[in-house]
Amino acid sequence: MCRTVDLQQAVLARNDGSARELRAALTARGTVAVNLLSSPGSGKTALLELELGLARERAVPVAALTADLATENDATRLGRSGVPVKQVLTDGLCHLEAVMLAGHLDGWLPEPTRLLFVENVGNLVCPASYDLGESLRVVLASVTEGEDKPLKYPTAFGLANLVLVTKSDLAAAVDFDEAGFRANVARVNPGVEVLLTSARTGEGVGALLDRALAVLEGAPVHQPVMGRPSAGHTHSHGQVDTHSHGPVDTHGHAPVDTHGHAPVDTHSHGLVDRH
Amino acid sequence: MHEMSIAVAVVEQVEQAAREHGAVAVEAVRLQVGELAGVVPDALDFCFSLACADTVLAGAELTVEAVPARARCAACATEWAVGMPPDLCCPRCPGVAGELLTGRELQILDVRWAEEPALARADQEG
Repeated sequence: MCRTVDLQQAVLARNDGSARELRAALTARGTVAVNLLSSPGSGKTALLELELGLARERAVPVAALTADLATENDATRLGRSGVPVKQVLTDGLCHLEAVMLAGHLDGWLPEPTRLLFVENVGNLVCPASYDLGESLRVVLASVTEGEDKPLKYPTAFGLANLVLVTKSDLAAAVDFDEAGFRANVARVNPGVEVLLTSARTGEGVGALLDRALAVLEGAPVHQPVMGRPSAGHTHSHGQVDTHSHGPVDTHGHAPVDTHGHAPVDTHSHGLVDRH
Repeated sequence: MHEMSIAVAVVEQVEQAAREHGAVAVEAVRLQVGELAGVVPDALDFCFSLACADTVLAGAELTVEAVPARARCAACATEWAVGMPPDLCCPRCPGVAGELLTGRELQILDVRWAEEPALARADQEG
C-alpha cells in the first residue's frame, strides 16, 4: 500500500536560502552585488567596461565576476580597467546559482569591495529564476532586439529592479520604438525605471553607477510586483531548507575557476580574501 | 535549459524526505508550477526522468499541476487573470497590480511512496 506525504517545499529553496545567506554576508561587509542579465550580444560587457572605468575614476572600490560557457574573453576585456575581475566558466550551465557564486567569491573578493558587478550568462530565460544574493537586479536589452523583448521574456523583465536599454546610439538606425518598449516593460513590471545607455556615447553610464551607489547608501530599490511575496503565495509556506550550506554544485557542473583558485569551503561564506 | 537544475533540486529534496520517512521507493511526485514560474513542463518531465535514474525515485511519475497567474489591483482591488505574457495593469482602472496572487509557484506538493523500487514493480506487473 502506498503512503503519501505532503512536502510543500519550494523547489528552489536551497538556492534561495543560499542567496539570502550570501546577501547577508555581503551586506555585513558593506558590499552591494549587482546582477546583470541580458541576452547574448546585448552589450553587457561593453557597458560594464565603462562602469568599471568610471568607478575607478571615482575611487569606488569595485570588482566584477563574469560568467560564460566558454572563453576568458570577457575577463580579459574587463581586466583592462584595472579592477579585480574573475572569469567563471560554467561548463555548459546556462545560468549562475547562489552557491556557485558564493564559492567563487570566497577567498577572492577583495576587501574593500563596495560594488560587485556579476555579469550573468547571456540568457534571458534561466538566470531569471535564480536569486544570486544581489541587491540590484538589472536587465538589459539592446535597441536592436525589438521593443517586444519584455513580453517575450516576462520573468526576466518582470523581476528586474532596473531596466537598461543599451546601444541607444543605434536607436534611430533600427527604428527602435522607445515608447513601445517602455509600455511593454510597464506591462510586466509596473513602476520599474528604464534608463537609456550607450557604450559608444557614454549615455547612461554614470546613471547605472549612481543607482548602484545609492543602493549601497541604503536607498530603496524598486520591488517588482512579480517578486513581492503575496499572502496566497505558496512559496512562503515552503519549509526552511536546512541544507543550504551544501558546499557543492550538486548539478554535476562544477564551475571551473580558470584562475586556478580552487573553490574554497563555502560553508562559511566568508568572502574576504584571506590570501 | 534550467529545467535540469530544477529536476535535480526536486530529486534531492525528495531523496532527503525519503531518508526522513524511511521510504525505499517513490511512485509519484506532484509539483505545482505557476504560469510565471519560467518552467516548461515538458522539458521538466524529460529532465526529471533523467535525474531520477539510480536514485530512490527511479521510475517515479511526475505530475505537474499548473497554476494560472492572477493579480489584484492596488487601487480598486479588482482581481484578474494576467495571462501570458502577463499584463499587470488593471483592466478596470488606471491602477496596476499591487500583488501577484498566484502564478510564481514552483513547489513540491506531495510524494507518494512505494513499497518497493520500480524495477521490482515492473517485474511483478510483467
